[in-house]
Amino acid sequence: MIKAILIFNNHGKPRLSKFYEHFNEDIEQQIIRETFHLVSKRDENVCNFLEGGMLIGGSDYKLIYRHYATLYFVFCVDSSESELGILDLIQVNSQVFVETLDKCFENVCELDLIFHVDKVHHILAEMVMGGMVLETNMNEIITQVDLQNKMEKSEAGIAGAPARAVSAVKNMNLPEMPRNINIGDISIKVPNLPSFK
Amino acid sequence: MALKIVKGSIDRMFDKNLQDLVRGIRNHKEDEAKYISTCIDEIKQELKQDNIAVKANAVCKLTYLQMLGYDVSWAAFNIVEVMSSSKFTYKRIGYLAASQCFHESTDVIMLTTNQIRKDLSSPNQYDTGVALTGLSCFVTPDLARDLANDIMTLMSHTKPYIRKKAVLIMYKVFLKYPESLRPAFPRLKEKLEDPDPGVQSAAVNVICELARRNPKNYLSLAPLFFKLMTSSTNNWVLIKIIKLFGALTPLEPRLGKKLIEPLTNLIHSTSAMSLLYECVNTVIAVLISLSSGMPNHSASIQLCVQKLRILIEDSDQNLKYLGLLAMSKILKTHPKSVQSHKDLILQCLDDKDESIRLRALDLLYGMVSKKNLMEIVKKLMLHVDKAEGTTYRDELLTKIIDICSQSNYQYITNFEWYISILVELTRLEGTRHGHLIASQMLDVAIRVKAIRVFAVAQMATLLDNAHMLTGNTQRNGICEVLYAAAWICGEFSEHLENPMETLEAMLRPKVATLPGHIQAVYVQNAAKLFATVLKSQEGNTDSTTAQEASQLMIDRLPLFVQSANLEVQERASCILQLVKYIQKLQQKDVEVSEEVCALFAGELNPVAPKAQKKVPIPDGLDLDAWINEPPSESESEDEQPKAIFSKEEPKHSRPRHTEVDEKELARRREARKQEQANNPFYIKASPSSQKVYQETPGVEHIPVVQIDLSVPLKVPGLPMSDQYVKLEEERRQKERAEKKKKDKKKRKEKRSGRGKKHDSGPESEEDITPAHMVDIVTEEMPENALPSDDDERDPADPHKALDIDLDKPLADSEKLPVRSHRAAEVLKSPAEDEEGENVSSLEPKKKSSKEKREKKKDKDKDRKKSKEEKKKKKHKHEEKEEADLLCGQADEPAFQSEETNEVVTPPTSTSADEAATVAAAEAAPAPGAISVTTPDSEPEEPKDTEMEETKSSKHKKKKQKREKEDKEKKKKKKHHHHHHHHGDKGGEESVQNGTVEEEEPLPPMSNYCLLAENSYIKVMMEDADEAYDIQGNLQDGSQVVVSVIFENKCDSFLKSMEFNVLDSLNSKLQRPEGSGPHDSLTIPFQLPPGVSNEARFVFTVQSIIMPQKLKGTLTFIVKNEESSTHEKLDFKLHFTCTSYLITTPCYSDAFAKLLESGDLKSSSIRLEGVNMPFHHLLARICFHHHFSVVERIDSCASMYSRSIQGHHVCLLVKISSQTVSVDAKCDEPTLLGNVLDEIKQTFSQC
Repeated sequence: MIKAILIFNNHGKPRLSKFYEHFNEDIEQQIIRETFHLVSKRDENVCNFLEGGMLIGGSDYKLIYRHYATLYFVFCVDSSESELGILDLIQVNSQVFVETLDKCFENVCELDLIFHVDKVHHILAEMVMGGMVLETNMNEIITQVDLQNKMEKSEAGIAGAPARAVSAVKNMNLPEMPRNINIGDISIKVPNLPSFK
Repeated sequence: MALKIVKGSIDRMFDKNLQDLVRGIRNHKEDEAKYISTCIDEIKQELKQDNIAVKANAVCKLTYLQMLGYDVSWAAFNIVEVMSSSKFTYKRIGYLAASQCFHESTDVIMLTTNQIRKDLSSPNQYDTGVALTGLSCFVTPDLARDLANDIMTLMSHTKPYIRKKAVLIMYKVFLKYPESLRPAFPRLKEKLEDPDPGVQSAAVNVICELARRNPKNYLSLAPLFFKLMTSSTNNWVLIKIIKLFGALTPLEPRLGKKLIEPLTNLIHSTSAMSLLYECVNTVIAVLISLSSGMPNHSASIQLCVQKLRILIEDSDQNLKYLGLLAMSKILKTHPKSVQSHKDLILQCLDDKDESIRLRALDLLYGMVSKKNLMEIVKKLMLHVDKAEGTTYRDELLTKIIDICSQSNYQYITNFEWYISILVELTRLEGTRHGHLIASQMLDVAIRVKAIRVFAVAQMATLLDNAHMLTGNTQRNGICEVLYAAAWICGEFSEHLENPMETLEAMLRPKVATLPGHIQAVYVQNAAKLFATVLKSQEGNTDSTTAQEASQLMIDRLPLFVQSANLEVQERASCILQLVKYIQKLQQKDVEVSEEVCALFAGELNPVAPKAQKKVPIPDGLDLDAWINEPPSESESEDEQPKAIFSKEEPKHSRPRHTEVDEKELARRREARKQEQANNPFYIKASPSSQKVYQETPGVEHIPVVQIDLSVPLKVPGLPMSDQYVKLEEERRQKERAEKKKKDKKKRKEKRSGRGKKHDSGPESEEDITPAHMVDIVTEEMPENALPSDDDERDPADPHKALDIDLDKPLADSEKLPVRSHRAAEVLKSPAEDEEGENVSSLEPKKKSSKEKREKKKDKDKDRKKSKEEKKKKKHKHEEKEEADLLCGQADEPAFQSEETNEVVTPPTSTSADEAATVAAAEAAPAPGAISVTTPDSEPEEPKDTEMEETKSSKHKKKKQKREKEDKEKKKKKKHHHHHHHHGDKGGEESVQNGTVEEEEPLPPMSNYCLLAENSYIKVMMEDADEAYDIQGNLQDGSQVVVSVIFENKCDSFLKSMEFNVLDSLNSKLQRPEGSGPHDSLTIPFQLPPGVSNEARFVFTVQSIIMPQKLKGTLTFIVKNEESSTHEKLDFKLHFTCTSYLITTPCYSDAFAKLLESGDLKSSSIRLEGVNMPFHHLLARICFHHHFSVVERIDSCASMYSRSIQGHHVCLLVKISSQTVSVDAKCDEPTLLGNVLDEIKQTFSQC
């Protein structure tokens, strides 16, 4: 079973949190912070498994993570999951994110995850359900996600058009286009993630 | 129309959407919290609007804020609203939000049952998918029970996308509702061979999760899995299966032998490292299971270990980690083979990667021996000093203690060394394991008598240097060791060199900053020390020391008397008074030391932690038996109203009655006294009663062994364990030398006999003798303790409930509840689906049968017990109990047989659905609504016989009487072959359906009435009010939802069904936006022969005070091989006033206030010749007219209901000898009149 899936950036800002067990919001934040501390202090060339973290704890559980450019993908799993299998899944996971989001955006970067966390959730839902791996076939996941997005578009129909237009305008009106933002503490400029694909 | 929509969305587009919110937050870095709080205010405004799009947008933003750590539970109801939107886009947003923030105690969850059920049966697979995904995150025991059957049906859905989700979610359902496991298991097993790999993978996933916890129940699946393993190509599935085999082999060694070959093949053929690793892992498991007792396998183990060594030596850190992990598995059974790789493992301890160091630490546990323990621990202590992070350091600390204390301190040869290690560990700052160290100190000091002198000296030093440990008390747990130190010093104070000094250290003002429980121990042990001081001064003519001690106590104790902690305060004041008294005596030169010492005399033995649990229950003592029969509950049985609407959290565990009757208690007390008297270790009721406060260990007698202390004790800042290591080394050398001498002698003697056996090489384990003879006192256990091994399992573990034998054939009683309505849902809507009538047929039947059983004083003991428990609960939470009964007494109505479920499924409605609706529809004798069917119902015949078959196969346990009835009916049927009367069939159906033991006194009730029917189709309708829809729509009239069941009666395919109603001024059918007022609605499904399905139509109603009739038509195409024809069926929809009422709970106080308010007009009716028990009458009113009982006293009851437009309707129902008078009050007299008329009509029909 997977207990939680967390995605956060190099600064510990959560980009996605999916808990398959209930915690209240404060504890969730604490877990994210703690996990970030555990993961971020590790060197690049150490193993991808991590034990401990007292909140998500239990000796049966471990953290399995991968670090891609600015993002950490962390899975908290128990001993019924294969460690290397989950690592592969994260790989698929990030690839699916990239592939699916790629259809909407040219190059996926952290910003796309920031602004479309709902989409990311929907993609994730096709992959993992209730803490169990639902689908590992990347093509199948992408097909299903696409079909649902299509359905969403057709539902919006004519009524959705103005909203879309406005959101496009809003995006344009931004003083800086998101992809070029370079705000002090966050090094956002991530043109292409080589390791991401 | 379209313009309006566009306009609406233009208004909307200036609302903030998720992207805007995110952008805003990013632009407000400095005042993020403030910005978010304004956003939340905006969201609250948006949620108040009617437009579902706006709400959905708001909920979407809330989901994001939830991730940032904001509590959004206040919007739970809005989330439910968005979930119930008909648009997929919004529905998905709603379910996502729900899955992120709903949990078991979210109260609105119970409102979602029907919405989820609706979505599950939606024709759109993504609606279903989204509902399943959401449900997997927030399923509760109630939802699991109510939806188990729906989900089980989905497991056979035509779309693999739905199937795999349904299969996967079953695991969650099992966890929450273990009763569903057995009925669902056959189908789950079937899914292992599903043609779709995704579904197969899901089924494997679920079974592996189940089997991991209770492997023995799944052994029978091994052949199936074996087949899968050799045929599947999906690595994920293979990994799962191989992992499962790893869990199964220990139980069935024969399986292991079979596995070796395919596994080795896989190892050679696969390129996936993950699969390879799992194969190796399982091979290890197999070898371990095989090797027990068979020596030739130890070679294979060696081979595995060698392979793992290669992994560990790999440069890939992941493989290194996994290699160590696998190694630890071997360690458990073959420590010797791993021990030879000690070098490698110790090397891993120095790895830069913490995860790898931790794994290596795990292995270390098995590496130690008497010989190398000190060396290893020394190395670990070095790591402790180096470790920067607290987590790793804490882990090291626990490992050191684990390693040393394992198997009853087996490897410790020198306890002085161990104590000094423990003392060194106390210097760790910020560790949270102070408690662990403390308990080790206590344990060693108590159980190893010989070490006490040394321990006491060390502890005294600790106490003296307490200020070093208490730097920041709050944050660090290390001050716990002071607890142990104080206790040891007090308890074994006779060993203290200078008790007076220690006493002084214990009474320093700084002590008052320690946590309460530690202070309490300080105070108590100060008293012990005081006693020791007095004793040591005994006989000494100069009494100044003794008097100084008393003065010290009197000076310092008041500080503790002021403590906020009660325990400290109480002890301090007692002791203070005592000392004051002693001081007086001292001044009079009275010898007191003996008396004072007597206070603390006696000894306590260490008691095993599990001792209490292991006390066997004496023969003949039934802890579950009643001491006194509870007051007769026949009274409470009938008067359910009291707490009918109070909700309680579900209580699933049976309450345990631990009361034992007086006599038994006395007897046991006597027996215990006897036993104590005979037990030499038990402290007799002596003055030492004060010691009882200490629940764990106790004192031992003064040890005789004296240890010469060759090490200076008072070097608090220096690590001392090293010196012990050296000392120990010297000692061993000396010993070895001595031994050699002896050996030589021996060898000389034996030389002639055997060759040389004893090599003088490295000493073996046994050669090392402990420094001093250590007497390790074992912990005490009660006599004839139960040898139970189940203590390890947490009783709260949800998997315990899933330990169910799956091979036993299904009993009737185990079938899943089908659409049984929880009584709790009365809160929301009376009868939304056809499940409505299941309630009806359930509730009264259940009550009456229960009553019957009560009268008879049922013989069935089990049932009685459970019933009684339920009754007990009943006083508190009636509703809950009813729900319990629904599942608990599962042999009662509305359960679906497996066979019917297995019928091939048409795309629109799944078989169980169909069967349920058919059954439901046919069990509907709603009087007056039954029209005689047209005689040409030939197509119905085959179905009938089929049903009869299932019937007969199902009901083997039927009572003879009923069988007779059945036969009669069958005969009758044959006779009127073409005249199947529905009432007739309904009655039988309900017998079949409801497996009641007793004949039900109340005929089943149904809100479904026949709308129209012809040779092709039968249409049944029921109106239902949707509670949550109405809430938002009160301004613009009210909505009524009508559920209509369409049943195909011919053997042709029915398609293109269109439903249309001629709108009246008052009532309008809600049509999709953009369609004209006279357009008909297309029914979103087709009906294959013999299938029924349900559709819902929403009507908008302006005025609800009068009943209404609407004319309607249903058009459809009948298609068979040869031809297709257009057909038409007219019907009349009858909206009674009752249908505008919503069952609403009302508390008696609110009810009284309402009546007092005087806003209500009253009216009354009398019903003559009502020949039914009062509670049946009430049940009927509740069911047919959507009322709820507020209060019931004898033959008088007050009832309440509310219309969808908020009119209150109150009834007072009285019965006296067949005459029922109903006094009613309502704020709308016309409505009231009509409702009363309808009630009258209901009862005139029966």
